[in-house]
Amino acid sequence: MGYLGGFLVTLRQHGYRKKVTTEYSGGRVWRRKKDDSRDRKIDKPERLHGRHVLNRYEDGMEKCIGCELCAGVCPARCIYVRGRDNDPDNPTSPGERFGFVYEINYLRCIHCDLCVEACPTEAITESKLFEFSFTNRQDAIYTKDELLVDDAGHPRQLPWEDWREGEDTHTSGWMRATAPSGDAGFEGVVSWSGELGHGVRAPEPVQSERDAEDN
Amino acid sequence: MTPRLPAVDPMLEGGLLWAPLLVVLVKVLVVFLVGLVATMLMVWFERKVIAGMQNRIGPNKAGPFGLLQTLADGTKLFMKEDLIPERADRFVFKLAPYLAFVPAFLAFAIIPLGGDWSNGKAGMVTLFGQQTRLQLADPPVGVLFALAISSIAVYGIMLAGWSSGSKYPLLGSVRASAQMVSYEAALGLSLGAVLLVAGTLSTSGIVGQQVTLGDWNVITTGFVPFIVFLIAATAELNRPPFDLVEAEQELVGGFNTEYASIRFALFFLAEFMNTITMSALIVTLFFGGPQPVSIGSTVLDIPFLPGALEGTVWLLLKVLVFLYVYVWFRATLPRFRYDQLMDLGWKLLIPASLGWFMLLAAQRVGNRAGWDRWTVTLVTALVIVGAYALLQAALKVSRDNRERDGAGF
Repeated sequence: MGYLGGFLVTLRQHGYRKKVTTEYSGGRVWRRKKDDSRDRKIDKPERLHGRHVLNRYEDGMEKCIGCELCAGVCPARCIYVRGRDNDPDNPTSPGERFGFVYEINYLRCIHCDLCVEACPTEAITESKLFEFSFTNRQDAIYTKDELLVDDAGHPRQLPWEDWREGEDTHTSGWMRATAPSGDAGFEGVVSWSGELGHGVRAPEPVQSERDAEDN
Repeated sequence: MTPRLPAVDPMLEGGLLWAPLLVVLVKVLVVFLVGLVATMLMVWFERKVIAGMQNRIGPNKAGPFGLLQTLADGTKLFMKEDLIPERADRFVFKLAPYLAFVPAFLAFAIIPLGGDWSNGKAGMVTLFGQQTRLQLADPPVGVLFALAISSIAVYGIMLAGWSSGSKYPLLGSVRASAQMVSYEAALGLSLGAVLLVAGTLSTSGIVGQQVTLGDWNVITTGFVPFIVFLIAATAELNRPPFDLVEAEQELVGGFNTEYASIRFALFFLAEFMNTITMSALIVTLFFGGPQPVSIGSTVLDIPFLPGALEGTVWLLLKVLVFLYVYVWFRATLPRFRYDQLMDLGWKLLIPASLGWFMLLAAQRVGNRAGWDRWTVTLVTALVIVGAYALLQAALKVSRDNRERDGAGF
């Protein structure tokens, strides 16, 4: 009866209580009963490409130096940067120049992360937030003010953004997979500068150790 | 059994009166509405069950348990832009959805939907002082009507694909016509066994004879016609594993690729309505329709329910089983390849149902003539084996010929 064995498989699965579906938004049950256990989202991968943030150094200085490399590398041409010379008495960034205008058009951004890779100062990184459904074109263009982290080093949370726990804590630090240019020799070596609110991020674990942990 | 030709409904005999007319109108309305609502629930049921079989949750957002999901989908389809391709045959393109939709509802008209079958009441109930059956129409040709109507539904699919002026729908409709014509034969032949045993074509007559569990046609015809009918019906409905007509992976969307908006909704509706109708037809033909389940003289009576409603409940339960089976098929079986489909239809189902029909017919003739039952069986079996050997020989010859000609299959 080899032909009929398959029918039992599906029938058994129907009796199986455990579901693989994550109830994404909780639905009407959640809205009516405010039962937060229904409003679940799966944990996002560490290297998810979400909405960008502009980082600051631990002393509060902006990391962006207005070099426009991100704008140059952007395949979607969604980044607009204009640099300006720092005021010597009251500098915005540690270098000579700073990003005076910094805009990202999220109607065009494809979240490829090339800007993050191009950035020489790790000024632009990506958070894990991808649920930000703005309702007009003006909101789609994020200005420097909206992208820059606040004084505690956390990303600004705009009204239409659905931030969940953990999405703003690791805005960077995972951006370089194992090491710059993939050289395994840099595994376990901190290769990015400190950040406001977070300090120096822990180094990425050695790939082989991570693999052993996962398996 | 009266010798005269029975009228479509006994209450219509002797002149047309207002009350019978009203009853018929109410029945039409009820059957139509029940059909629509049942289709809506069927879509929900299918999605929910198949989700369960795949360890998913299924629709659960719109309405309680997601019951209104179909309504939401339907409303969305209504709002969508109605597209007609440039190269389509406009008239036929517009006509085709109705050719699929109307037969789906027409076939439902002959299904006995309930009634009081206890104590030989033959499903009669009293409505507005009229003795009637809970069935929209009970024509003397009932089952043939269902077959004829289901053949018309082929036109809907065929013309839809043809008139789209696009190649994938055309391929889908070519498959549809070939498949449905092939399986119609197996469907009709397996039905023949039931008609032979029942001796009537009227659906209420067929139901009326299946009083106890042992009288059910699935047993009196010996299972084989039922299995053939179930498989052929699945193919006739274009449901998985026989959904080559709309094989998404091969044909984009099959015959309905170019359809959008309400026209697409009509095809969708017709498909699910046909599933319900076919399940109800299987129950009517093989499982006693709205007859309560009774073993010997013990009737499984549903307590606290008037007899007139009990039939409907039984029918619903039995139909639900088959709807589940159809969904189960879909969740379990992968799609047939085209040559496998044709092989199954022509080389297995049609010979099997034909042979079984012959066996039953021989038994009947033998019984009437008083021949020895076992001799009759033996002779029929020998003839069937001989015929099967001939069939295999014929297949082998044609296969050898093909191979000699260099065809690759």
